[in-house]
Amino acid sequence: MTETTLLIGTRKGALVARRPRPGAAWELGPLELPMSEVYGTGIDARGATPRLFAAADSPHWGPTLFHSDDLGRTWAEPGEAPVAFPKETGTTLIRIWQIQAAAESAPGVVYAGVEPHALFRSEDGGVTFSLVEGLYNHPHRSEWVPGNGGACLHTVVPHPTDPERVLVALSAGGVYRTSDGGATWEAANRGIQSYWMPEDQRFPEFGQCVHKVASHPSFPDRLYAQNHFGVYRSENYGTSWEPIESGLPSTFGFPMVVHPQEPETIYIFPLKADSHRFPATGRCEVYRSQDGGKSWTALHRGLPEGDYRAAVLRDAMCTDGGEPAGIYFGTRAGEVYGSPDGGDHFEKIAEHLPDVLSVRAVQLN
Amino acid sequence: MTATLVLPTALREAAGGLPELEIAEGTVRSALDLLAGTMPLLERRVRDEQGRVRPHIRLYLGSSDIEDLQGLDTMVAAGSRLYVIPAVSGG
Repeated sequence: MTETTLLIGTRKGALVARRPRPGAAWELGPLELPMSEVYGTGIDARGATPRLFAAADSPHWGPTLFHSDDLGRTWAEPGEAPVAFPKETGTTLIRIWQIQAAAESAPGVVYAGVEPHALFRSEDGGVTFSLVEGLYNHPHRSEWVPGNGGACLHTVVPHPTDPERVLVALSAGGVYRTSDGGATWEAANRGIQSYWMPEDQRFPEFGQCVHKVASHPSFPDRLYAQNHFGVYRSENYGTSWEPIESGLPSTFGFPMVVHPQEPETIYIFPLKADSHRFPATGRCEVYRSQDGGKSWTALHRGLPEGDYRAAVLRDAMCTDGGEPAGIYFGTRAGEVYGSPDGGDHFEKIAEHLPDVLSVRAVQLN
Repeated sequence: MTATLVLPTALREAAGGLPELEIAEGTVRSALDLLAGTMPLLERRVRDEQGRVRPHIRLYLGSSDIEDLQGLDTMVAAGSRLYVIPAVSGG
Protein backbone atom coordinates (compact mmCIF):
# COMPACT_ATOMS: atom_id res chain seq x y z
CA MET A 1 0.00 0.00 0.00
CA THR A 2 1.46 3.36 -1.00
CA GLU A 3 1.34 6.25 1.44
CA THR A 4 2.18 9.76 0.31
CA THR A 5 3.74 12.39 2.55
CA LEU A 6 3.63 16.05 1.54
CA LEU A 7 5.75 18.57 3.41
CA ILE A 8 4.53 22.16 3.15
CA GLY A 9 6.67 25.16 4.07
CA THR A 10 4.83 28.43 4.64
CA ARG A 11 5.67 31.93 5.72
CA LYS A 12 4.60 31.09 9.26
CA GLY A 13 5.50 27.45 9.77
CA ALA A 14 5.43 23.98 8.25
CA LEU A 15 2.78 21.31 7.91
CA VAL A 16 2.74 17.71 6.82
CA ALA A 17 -0.15 16.24 4.86
CA ARG A 18 -0.56 12.49 4.47
CA ARG A 19 -2.57 10.39 2.13
CA PRO A 20 -2.58 6.87 3.59
CA ARG A 21 -3.34 5.17 0.27
CA PRO A 22 -4.12 6.18 -3.30
CA GLY A 23 -7.56 7.71 -3.57
CA ALA A 24 -7.93 8.30 0.17
CA ALA A 25 -8.57 11.73 1.61
CA TRP A 26 -5.58 13.86 2.58
CA GLU A 27 -4.96 14.28 6.31
CA LEU A 28 -3.42 17.65 7.17
CA GLY A 29 -1.31 17.72 10.33
CA PRO A 30 -0.81 20.63 12.73
CA LEU A 31 1.24 23.72 11.99
CA GLU A 32 4.78 23.11 13.27
CA LEU A 33 7.62 25.61 13.76
CA PRO A 34 5.13 28.47 14.13
CA MET A 35 6.21 31.93 12.97
CA SER A 36 9.15 30.51 11.04
CA GLU A 37 9.55 31.28 7.36
CA VAL A 38 10.13 27.90 5.76
CA TYR A 39 11.60 28.65 2.35
CA GLY A 40 13.50 25.39 2.17
CA THR A 41 11.93 21.98 2.59
CA GLY A 42 13.55 18.71 1.64
CA ILE A 43 13.01 14.99 1.80
CA ASP A 44 15.92 12.55 1.77
CA ALA A 45 14.26 9.31 0.69
CA ARG A 46 17.46 7.28 0.32
CA GLY A 47 17.29 5.56 3.69
CA ALA A 48 14.83 3.07 5.13
CA THR A 49 13.06 5.97 6.81
CA PRO A 50 12.84 9.25 4.91
CA ARG A 51 14.36 12.26 6.60
CA LEU A 52 12.35 15.44 6.31
CA PHE A 53 14.01 18.85 6.44
CA ALA A 54 12.57 22.24 7.22
CA ALA A 55 14.80 25.29 6.90
CA ALA A 56 13.23 27.79 9.26
CA ASP A 57 14.19 31.38 9.68
CA SER A 58 12.96 34.26 11.76
CA PRO A 59 13.75 37.95 11.43
CA HIS A 60 14.28 37.93 15.18
CA TRP A 61 16.00 34.65 15.92
CA GLY A 62 17.86 33.91 12.70
CA PRO A 63 17.92 30.86 10.44
CA THR A 64 18.24 27.21 11.39
CA LEU A 65 17.56 23.75 10.02
CA PHE A 66 15.28 21.13 11.54
CA HIS A 67 15.04 17.51 10.55
CA SER A 68 12.47 14.82 11.28
CA ASP A 69 12.92 11.08 11.12
CA ASP A 70 9.28 10.27 11.90
CA LEU A 71 7.60 11.96 8.93
CA GLY A 72 7.14 15.26 10.69
CA ARG A 73 5.67 14.13 14.00
CA THR A 74 8.69 15.52 15.82
CA TRP A 75 11.45 17.86 14.68
CA ALA A 76 15.04 17.98 15.90
CA GLU A 77 17.56 20.78 15.78
CA PRO A 78 21.24 20.20 16.57
CA GLY A 79 22.75 22.12 19.45
CA GLU A 80 25.49 23.55 17.30
CA ALA A 81 24.31 25.59 14.35
CA PRO A 82 23.80 23.11 11.50
CA VAL A 83 24.64 25.68 8.82
CA ALA A 84 26.96 28.55 9.71
CA PHE A 85 29.67 30.52 7.96
CA PRO A 86 33.20 30.06 9.31
CA LYS A 87 34.49 32.85 11.51
CA GLU A 88 37.16 33.85 9.02
CA THR A 89 34.56 34.74 6.38
CA GLY A 90 32.97 37.38 8.60
CA THR A 91 29.69 36.42 6.92
CA THR A 92 26.34 35.82 8.59
CA LEU A 93 23.84 33.28 7.34
CA ILE A 94 20.58 34.99 6.40
CA ARG A 95 18.43 32.16 5.05
CA ILE A 96 18.60 28.55 3.91
CA TRP A 97 16.79 28.44 0.58
CA GLN A 98 17.39 24.92 -0.57
CA ILE A 99 17.91 21.51 1.03
CA GLN A 100 18.77 18.84 -1.47
CA ALA A 101 19.93 15.29 -0.81
CA ALA A 102 22.59 13.99 -3.18
CA ALA A 103 22.05 10.90 -5.29
CA GLU A 104 22.51 7.29 -4.13
CA SER A 105 26.09 7.55 -5.37
CA ALA A 106 26.90 9.92 -2.49
CA PRO A 107 25.34 8.37 0.63
CA GLY A 108 24.90 10.76 3.52
CA VAL A 109 25.57 13.82 1.41
CA VAL A 110 23.04 16.64 1.62
CA TYR A 111 23.47 20.13 0.17
CA ALA A 112 22.18 23.44 1.48
CA GLY A 113 21.91 26.49 -0.78
CA VAL A 114 21.85 29.68 1.22
CA GLU A 115 21.74 33.46 1.34
CA PRO A 116 24.13 35.17 0.97
CA HIS A 117 25.22 33.22 -2.10
CA ALA A 118 26.89 30.06 -0.86
CA LEU A 119 26.66 26.29 -0.92
CA PHE A 120 27.09 24.06 2.12
CA ARG A 121 27.64 20.29 2.12
CA SER A 122 26.79 17.74 4.79
CA GLU A 123 28.24 14.26 4.96
CA ASP A 124 26.22 13.12 7.97
CA GLY A 125 22.79 13.11 6.43
CA GLY A 126 22.06 16.79 6.90
CA VAL A 127 22.84 17.32 10.59
CA THR A 128 26.03 19.37 10.21
CA PHE A 129 27.24 21.23 7.13
CA SER A 130 30.49 22.75 5.88
CA LEU A 131 30.95 25.65 3.51
CA VAL A 132 31.92 24.68 -0.06
CA GLU A 133 34.81 27.08 -0.24
CA GLY A 134 35.50 26.61 -3.95
CA LEU A 135 32.24 28.36 -4.78
CA TYR A 136 32.37 30.86 -1.94
CA ASN A 137 35.77 32.05 -3.15
CA HIS A 138 34.80 32.13 -6.84
CA PRO A 139 36.27 35.16 -8.62
CA HIS A 140 32.83 36.09 -9.96
CA ARG A 141 31.44 36.43 -6.45
CA SER A 142 31.90 40.18 -6.14
CA GLU A 143 29.83 40.66 -9.29
CA TRP A 144 26.86 38.53 -8.23
CA VAL A 145 23.96 40.73 -7.20
CA PRO A 146 20.81 40.02 -5.21
CA GLY A 147 17.57 39.23 -6.96
CA ASN A 148 14.27 40.49 -5.61
CA GLY A 149 14.28 37.65 -3.08
CA GLY A 150 17.82 38.26 -1.93
CA ALA A 151 21.34 37.09 -2.74
CA CYS A 152 20.33 33.48 -2.71
CA LEU A 153 21.70 30.20 -3.98
CA HIS A 154 18.30 28.61 -4.40
CA THR A 155 18.85 25.55 -6.55
CA VAL A 156 21.11 22.52 -6.16
CA VAL A 157 21.04 19.75 -8.77
CA PRO A 158 23.39 16.91 -7.82
CA HIS A 159 24.39 14.65 -10.70
CA PRO A 160 22.53 11.34 -10.34
CA THR A 161 25.54 9.07 -10.92
CA ASP A 162 28.72 11.15 -10.54
CA PRO A 163 29.10 12.49 -7.00
CA GLU A 164 31.82 14.88 -8.15
CA ARG A 165 29.39 16.80 -10.34
CA VAL A 166 26.92 19.31 -8.94
CA LEU A 167 25.06 22.17 -10.60
CA VAL A 168 23.69 25.18 -8.75
CA ALA A 169 21.70 28.29 -9.63
CA LEU A 170 21.80 31.62 -7.89
CA SER A 171 20.01 34.93 -8.21
CA ALA A 172 21.40 36.85 -9.80
CA GLY A 173 24.51 35.05 -10.80
CA GLY A 174 23.18 32.29 -13.02
CA VAL A 175 24.07 28.63 -13.32
CA TYR A 176 27.39 27.21 -12.12
CA ARG A 177 28.66 23.65 -12.17
CA THR A 178 31.52 21.66 -10.73
CA SER A 179 33.00 18.38 -11.89
CA ASP A 180 35.57 18.01 -9.14
CA GLY A 181 33.44 17.79 -6.04
CA GLY A 182 33.16 21.53 -5.54
CA ALA A 183 36.81 22.56 -5.73
CA THR A 184 36.30 24.55 -8.92
CA TRP A 185 33.18 25.96 -10.57
CA GLU A 186 32.44 27.28 -14.03
CA ALA A 187 29.56 29.43 -15.20
CA ALA A 188 27.13 27.52 -17.43
CA ASN A 189 24.79 30.13 -18.89
CA ARG A 190 25.49 30.18 -22.64
CA GLY A 191 22.21 30.87 -24.38
CA ILE A 192 20.36 32.21 -21.33
CA GLN A 193 19.29 35.79 -21.80
CA SER A 194 19.44 38.73 -19.42
CA TYR A 195 16.70 40.61 -21.20
CA TRP A 196 17.03 43.72 -19.06
CA MET A 197 20.58 44.43 -20.25
CA PRO A 198 21.49 46.54 -23.31
CA GLU A 199 21.06 44.54 -26.51
CA ASP A 200 24.75 43.84 -26.99
CA GLN A 201 25.10 42.53 -23.42
CA ARG A 202 22.12 40.20 -23.13
CA PHE A 203 24.10 36.96 -23.16
CA PRO A 204 26.80 37.46 -20.54
CA GLU A 205 28.97 34.67 -19.16
CA PHE A 206 27.13 35.00 -15.85
CA GLY A 207 24.74 37.29 -14.00
CA GLN A 208 21.52 35.78 -15.29
CA CYS A 209 18.58 35.51 -12.94
CA VAL A 210 17.82 31.82 -13.19
CA HIS A 211 14.83 30.97 -11.02
CA LYS A 212 14.91 27.16 -11.02
CA VAL A 213 16.72 24.29 -12.74
CA ALA A 214 15.54 20.69 -12.81
CA SER A 215 16.79 17.44 -14.29
CA HIS A 216 15.69 13.84 -14.75
CA PRO A 217 17.82 11.08 -13.23
CA SER A 218 17.70 8.99 -16.41
CA PHE A 219 19.12 11.81 -18.53
CA PRO A 220 21.51 13.69 -16.27
CA ASP A 221 22.88 15.88 -19.04
CA ARG A 222 19.40 17.18 -19.88
CA LEU A 223 18.35 20.19 -17.84
CA TYR A 224 15.34 22.45 -17.86
CA ALA A 225 15.39 26.00 -16.50
CA GLN A 226 12.81 28.62 -15.66
CA ASN A 227 14.51 31.98 -15.92
CA HIS A 228 13.51 35.54 -15.03
CA PHE A 229 11.86 35.71 -18.45
CA GLY A 230 12.82 32.65 -20.42
CA VAL A 231 12.28 28.90 -20.31
CA TYR A 232 15.23 26.82 -21.45
CA ARG A 233 16.50 23.33 -22.09
CA SER A 234 20.07 22.04 -22.12
CA GLU A 235 21.22 18.70 -23.53
CA ASN A 236 24.78 19.00 -22.26
CA TYR A 237 24.56 19.66 -18.52
CA GLY A 238 24.43 23.39 -19.01
CA THR A 239 27.17 23.90 -21.58
CA SER A 240 24.53 25.56 -23.77
CA TRP A 241 20.82 26.33 -23.49
CA GLU A 242 18.00 26.65 -26.01
CA PRO A 243 14.66 28.40 -25.42
CA ILE A 244 11.54 26.21 -25.18
CA GLU A 245 8.90 28.89 -25.04
CA SER A 246 6.66 28.33 -28.04
CA GLY A 247 3.03 28.29 -26.97
CA LEU A 248 3.52 29.71 -23.50
CA PRO A 249 1.43 32.70 -22.41
CA SER A 250 4.50 34.17 -20.69
CA THR A 251 8.10 33.19 -20.18
CA PHE A 252 8.25 34.55 -16.63
CA GLY A 253 7.75 32.30 -13.64
CA PHE A 254 9.51 30.51 -10.82
CA PRO A 255 9.16 26.71 -10.53
CA MET A 256 10.36 24.03 -12.95
CA VAL A 257 9.55 20.39 -12.25
CA VAL A 258 10.34 17.24 -14.23
CA HIS A 259 8.06 14.21 -14.20
CA PRO A 260 9.80 11.34 -12.36
CA GLN A 261 9.21 8.73 -15.07
CA GLU A 262 8.88 10.84 -18.22
CA PRO A 263 12.02 12.88 -18.91
CA GLU A 264 10.24 14.90 -21.59
CA THR A 265 7.39 15.94 -19.29
CA ILE A 266 7.87 19.18 -17.40
CA TYR A 267 5.71 21.58 -15.40
CA ILE A 268 5.81 25.32 -14.84
CA PHE A 269 3.46 28.02 -13.52
CA PRO A 270 3.78 31.05 -15.81
CA LEU A 271 3.31 34.52 -14.38
CA LYS A 272 2.49 37.56 -16.45
CA ALA A 273 5.74 39.48 -15.91
CA ASP A 274 8.23 40.52 -13.28
CA SER A 275 6.30 43.75 -12.96
CA HIS A 276 3.00 41.81 -12.73
CA ARG A 277 3.55 38.66 -10.68
CA PHE A 278 0.13 37.17 -11.26
CA PRO A 279 -0.88 34.04 -13.20
CA ALA A 280 -0.16 34.75 -16.84
CA THR A 281 -3.69 34.07 -18.04
CA GLY A 282 -5.42 35.35 -14.93
CA ARG A 283 -6.36 31.76 -14.06
CA CYS A 284 -4.84 29.15 -11.80
CA GLU A 285 -3.11 27.07 -14.46
CA VAL A 286 -0.12 24.78 -14.51
CA TYR A 287 1.55 24.45 -17.89
CA ARG A 288 2.81 21.03 -18.91
CA SER A 289 4.95 20.00 -21.82
CA GLN A 290 5.17 16.31 -22.72
CA ASP A 291 7.69 16.76 -25.51
CA GLY A 292 10.55 18.45 -23.74
CA GLY A 293 9.24 21.95 -24.27
CA LYS A 294 8.28 21.85 -27.94
CA SER A 295 4.64 22.41 -27.03
CA TRP A 296 2.73 23.30 -23.88
CA THR A 297 -0.74 22.60 -22.51
CA ALA A 298 -2.59 24.45 -19.77
CA LEU A 299 -3.78 22.18 -16.93
CA HIS A 300 -6.67 23.39 -14.84
CA ARG A 301 -9.05 20.49 -14.20
CA GLY A 302 -9.85 20.64 -10.51
CA LEU A 303 -8.18 24.01 -10.01
CA PRO A 304 -10.11 27.16 -9.08
CA GLU A 305 -12.31 28.60 -11.79
CA GLY A 306 -12.33 32.28 -12.62
CA ASP A 307 -9.87 35.01 -11.77
CA TYR A 308 -6.86 33.90 -9.76
CA ARG A 309 -4.19 36.29 -8.49
CA ALA A 310 -1.79 34.20 -6.43
CA ALA A 311 1.66 33.22 -7.66
CA VAL A 312 3.58 29.98 -7.15
CA LEU A 313 7.12 30.40 -5.87
CA ARG A 314 10.22 28.60 -7.07
CA ASP A 315 10.16 25.70 -4.61
CA ALA A 316 6.40 25.54 -4.21
CA MET A 317 5.95 22.86 -6.88
CA CYS A 318 7.20 19.28 -6.79
CA THR A 319 6.55 15.65 -7.63
CA ASP A 320 6.44 12.73 -5.23
CA GLY A 321 8.69 10.52 -7.35
CA GLY A 322 6.03 7.82 -7.46
CA GLU A 323 4.37 5.90 -10.23
CA PRO A 324 1.88 7.16 -11.17
CA ALA A 325 3.43 10.48 -10.35
CA GLY A 326 1.84 12.96 -8.02
CA ILE A 327 2.31 16.65 -8.86
CA TYR A 328 1.86 19.24 -6.13
CA PHE A 329 1.98 23.00 -5.82
CA GLY A 330 1.21 25.62 -3.22
CA THR A 331 0.23 29.22 -3.81
CA ARG A 332 0.76 32.51 -2.10
CA ALA A 333 -2.95 32.39 -1.31
CA GLY A 334 -2.21 29.58 1.15
CA GLU A 335 -3.68 26.80 -0.94
CA VAL A 336 -2.09 23.47 -1.83
CA TYR A 337 -3.18 21.38 -4.79
CA GLY A 338 -2.19 17.90 -5.83
CA SER A 339 -2.64 15.74 -8.87
CA PRO A 340 -2.45 11.95 -8.57
CA ASP A 341 -2.13 11.49 -12.32
CA GLY A 342 0.66 13.70 -13.56
CA GLY A 343 -1.44 16.82 -13.81
CA ASP A 344 -4.53 15.58 -15.63
CA HIS A 345 -6.67 16.32 -12.58
CA PHE A 346 -5.98 18.33 -9.45
CA GLU A 347 -7.62 18.34 -6.05
CA LYS A 348 -7.34 20.78 -3.17
CA ILE A 349 -5.25 19.39 -0.31
CA ALA A 350 -5.16 22.44 1.97
CA GLU A 351 -6.42 26.00 2.12
CA HIS A 352 -6.36 29.01 4.42
CA LEU A 353 -2.67 28.50 5.18
CA PRO A 354 -0.09 31.26 5.35
CA ASP A 355 1.38 31.79 1.89
CA VAL A 356 3.13 28.67 0.70
CA LEU A 357 6.86 28.97 0.11
CA SER A 358 7.88 25.37 -0.59
CA VAL A 359 6.51 21.85 -0.99
CA ARG A 360 8.19 18.44 -1.17
CA ALA A 361 6.56 15.02 -1.41
CA VAL A 362 7.43 11.34 -1.36
CA GLN A 363 5.56 8.11 -1.91
CA LEU A 364 6.29 5.38 0.61
CA ASN A 365 5.57 1.69 0.21
CA MET B 1 27.61 36.42 42.76
CA THR B 2 25.49 36.21 39.67
CA ALA B 3 23.34 38.38 37.45
CA THR B 4 20.08 37.46 35.71
CA LEU B 5 19.34 37.03 32.03
CA VAL B 6 15.65 37.78 31.39
CA LEU B 7 14.15 36.05 28.36
CA PRO B 8 11.13 36.90 26.23
CA THR B 9 8.44 34.26 25.97
CA ALA B 10 9.54 33.20 22.50
CA LEU B 11 12.98 32.16 23.78
CA ARG B 12 11.95 30.22 26.84
CA GLU B 13 11.59 26.92 25.01
CA ALA B 14 15.26 27.15 24.04
CA ALA B 15 16.02 27.71 27.74
CA GLY B 16 14.21 24.62 28.94
CA GLY B 17 11.09 26.64 29.69
CA LEU B 18 12.80 29.03 32.08
CA PRO B 19 11.91 32.74 32.01
CA GLU B 20 15.20 33.73 33.61
CA LEU B 21 18.70 32.32 33.81
CA GLU B 22 21.54 33.02 36.16
CA ILE B 23 24.63 34.33 34.41
CA ALA B 24 28.06 35.05 35.75
CA GLU B 25 29.10 38.63 36.32
CA GLY B 26 31.48 39.94 33.71
CA THR B 27 30.90 41.41 30.27
CA VAL B 28 27.80 40.77 28.20
CA ARG B 29 30.06 39.04 25.70
CA SER B 30 31.50 36.65 28.28
CA ALA B 31 28.03 35.83 29.55
CA LEU B 32 26.87 34.97 26.04
CA ASP B 33 30.05 33.01 25.35
CA LEU B 34 29.33 30.89 28.40
CA LEU B 35 25.74 30.50 27.27
CA ALA B 36 26.98 29.22 23.89
CA GLY B 37 28.52 26.29 25.74
CA THR B 38 25.61 25.48 28.01
CA MET B 39 22.59 26.45 25.90
CA PRO B 40 23.76 26.81 22.30
CA LEU B 41 20.23 26.81 20.87
CA LEU B 42 19.41 29.84 23.00
CA GLU B 43 22.65 31.69 22.37
CA ARG B 44 22.45 31.45 18.59
CA ARG B 45 18.99 32.92 18.58
CA VAL B 46 20.49 36.01 20.20
CA ARG B 47 23.80 36.20 18.30
CA ASP B 48 24.83 35.14 14.81
CA GLU B 49 27.81 32.92 14.01
CA GLN B 50 30.07 35.97 13.99
CA GLY B 51 29.12 36.85 17.53
CA ARG B 52 26.99 39.83 16.56
CA VAL B 53 23.67 40.44 18.29
CA ARG B 54 20.93 39.76 15.75
CA PRO B 55 19.56 42.97 14.23
CA HIS B 56 15.99 42.65 15.53
CA ILE B 57 17.12 42.17 19.13
CA ARG B 58 18.22 44.64 21.77
CA LEU B 59 19.95 43.79 25.02
CA TYR B 60 19.11 46.04 27.92
CA LEU B 61 21.10 46.16 31.11
CA GLY B 62 18.53 47.39 33.56
CA SER B 63 16.91 50.27 31.71
CA SER B 64 19.78 50.96 29.31
CA ASP B 65 20.37 49.57 25.83
CA ILE B 66 23.89 48.14 25.88
CA GLU B 67 24.48 49.88 22.54
CA ASP B 68 24.31 53.12 24.53
CA LEU B 69 26.87 51.72 26.98
CA GLN B 70 29.85 49.66 25.83
CA GLY B 71 28.02 47.20 23.63
CA LEU B 72 29.03 43.59 24.22
CA ASP B 73 31.86 44.85 26.42
CA THR B 74 29.38 46.33 28.88
CA MET B 75 30.01 44.99 32.37
CA VAL B 76 27.20 43.03 33.98
CA ALA B 77 27.50 43.51 37.70
CA ALA B 78 26.33 40.98 40.27
CA GLY B 79 22.65 41.38 40.97
CA SER B 80 21.88 43.22 37.73
CA ARG B 81 19.35 42.14 35.13
CA LEU B 82 20.12 41.74 31.43
CA TYR B 83 17.00 41.71 29.24
CA VAL B 84 16.67 40.19 25.76
CA ILE B 85 14.11 42.37 23.96
CA PRO B 86 12.86 41.46 20.49
CA ALA B 87 11.77 44.19 18.11
CA VAL B 88 8.05 44.74 17.80
CA SER B 89 8.05 43.84 14.13
CA GLY B 90 6.58 41.36 11.71
CA GLY B 91 3.12 40.69 10.41
